[in-house]
Amino acid sequence: MKLNALLAGAALALGLAGAAAAQDKTKVGFVFVGPIGDGGWTYEHNQARLAVEEKFGDAVETVYQESVPEGADAERVLTQMALSGADLIFTTSFGYMDPTINVAQKFPDVKFEHATGYKRADNVGTYSARFYEGRAVQGHIAGRMTKSNVVGYIASFPIPEVIRGINSAYIHAKAANPDVQFKVIWAYTWFDPAKEADAATALIQQGADVILQHTDSTAPQAAAEKAGGIITFGQASDMAEYAPMPRVSSIIDNWAPYYINRVQAVMDGTWESDDTWDGIGAGMVKIGEISNAVPEDVKAEALALKEAIASGAHHPFTGPLNKQDGSVWLAEGEVADDGTLAGMNFYVEGLTGDIPQ
Amino acid sequence: MDLSAIDPVVLIASLMVAATPILLAAIGELVVEKSGVLNLGVEGMMITGAICGFAIAVETGSPTFGFLAAMVGGAALSLIFGVLTQVLMSNQVATGLALTLFGLGLSALIGQGYVGLKPPATGQLDLGPLSDIPVLGRILFSHDLVVYVSLALIVGVWAGLKYTRAGLILRAVGENHEAAHALGYKVVRIRLMAIAFGGACAGLGGAYLSLIRVPQWTEGMTAGAGWIALAIVVFASWKPVRVLLGAYLFGGVTVLQLNLQAAGLAVPVEVLSMSPYLITILVLVIMSADRGRAALSAPASLGKSFHASS
Repeated sequence: MKLNALLAGAALALGLAGAAAAQDKTKVGFVFVGPIGDGGWTYEHNQARLAVEEKFGDAVETVYQESVPEGADAERVLTQMALSGADLIFTTSFGYMDPTINVAQKFPDVKFEHATGYKRADNVGTYSARFYEGRAVQGHIAGRMTKSNVVGYIASFPIPEVIRGINSAYIHAKAANPDVQFKVIWAYTWFDPAKEADAATALIQQGADVILQHTDSTAPQAAAEKAGGIITFGQASDMAEYAPMPRVSSIIDNWAPYYINRVQAVMDGTWESDDTWDGIGAGMVKIGEISNAVPEDVKAEALALKEAIASGAHHPFTGPLNKQDGSVWLAEGEVADDGTLAGMNFYVEGLTGDIPQ
Repeated sequence: MDLSAIDPVVLIASLMVAATPILLAAIGELVVEKSGVLNLGVEGMMITGAICGFAIAVETGSPTFGFLAAMVGGAALSLIFGVLTQVLMSNQVATGLALTLFGLGLSALIGQGYVGLKPPATGQLDLGPLSDIPVLGRILFSHDLVVYVSLALIVGVWAGLKYTRAGLILRAVGENHEAAHALGYKVVRIRLMAIAFGGACAGLGGAYLSLIRVPQWTEGMTAGAGWIALAIVVFASWKPVRVLLGAYLFGGVTVLQLNLQAAGLAVPVEVLSMSPYLITILVLVIMSADRGRAALSAPASLGKSFHASS
């Protein structure tokens, strides 16, 4: 950590020195919640950063900072990036929401893009992907593949994005297999390999033979591989090194087109604060190749579901759906609106346990 | 809630795995502190061991070489601390803290090329018919070699400190280094050997994390395990058998809370998450409530610098 800070500091200093020579370069900053080698969430954001560099070549300069804690530290890092002349800064975790807004107030000329949050300002836009569309496909495969009818779910923090994923996966697993049951563990971390592995092991020991994860490392994949006969899904990144078993498919976050688009907008002077929420149809969420450990008919069903979601023919949250307490949420044929989805804080009927408040 | 889903036998077997890294680091630190040296760099030595073991296991394809390299790596790092505090007489607390920071940075640097790789699998020790015994077989005879090494170390350290001449000398150095020096024992040399032993144990514990428990390399993956090990040495009032108890207690509550969550226990998740720390602190306070005894069991020269001239 210390070393990273030093290196980043040196890089920033070099950037400052070079700034005079290259005034026309657009400088783009990235703030990451984990190491770029986590193999999941941060890895994909960094791939998109590299895509930006490749697309614009000498016209851009990118800087990034890894493993930035969500909280006051993030504000310090953001301030430093803004001071060093960044034109556009991507903050890539939910917990950077308030720090981003605070720093943005002090630097009205710098553009900010915050991932998965809901607070915007004139120079702060938000973007996210409809991961729950991918979760629907995972849920279907999970429901069809489980033999014990127990699906384990490693959740991170009780925020709407994570709860949406659990609900979407459960609804589609239940549709495929009415006997399916979900066991959820809240890890309270995005990234702690030992804890993620222990959580996966605990779920497996309690009979789960499918593990879904909403944490960023590949540790649950490693734990499942060690246990044997368990299936998992890559989270945020393909995690193909664990295919064909235990990883049978994945949700891949594809940020590159969006990042390139936004950097272009800043270069052209057409950038405006907005809220982007794209899914499978727009290509922001991709489904990783379904491995041959999945039977052909299940694979075909999953791909058909993916197509239906992409074309808009199927919305993962379509009524009739009840909330956990049995009250009606969506009537027959009714589709959830984005406002409810963005603030989702309840389980759907059939899920057991409470969401930590 | 469905508590019947938790199989106590499997739970005990997995708590042994979860506790082994802490156990190894703690028993090493116990020997160091028994010799009168306070090394707060356990976390740094563990993480260095984790990456050294991982890197060598990946390069050679042999987990055994990996574990050996982890011990060498941990010991080498601890000897930096040893030379600084024993020869150059620097402050032990400050040097130990610096060692942790240094270890975290160094491991991140070495680990740059090893993120996302898979280590060679470490096989379980084949104990033949023993592991087929119901209940006991699963708990006692179905682990990898390192778990047995850690248990053997506990017994070895206990017997060594209590019954051997070397153990007596080590304790003498820790209790009163001037008296030991007057008797002709090489205080600095004995302490350096104890520090290297502690480093090797911490390194082995770190490698257990990166090669067996997780198994993969990630920056900062020890996530505070070294500090827990330090606390357990105190809680055990410098007695090897109590170190075993403390480590298994912490490992047990950690695994248990995840299992209780999965079983849907109606207790707030936040309470469950902090329970390993709470319970370990609670036991620590209760065990050391008898102030006189706890003070007696701490080595009298703990943390004091020694120079032959003084």
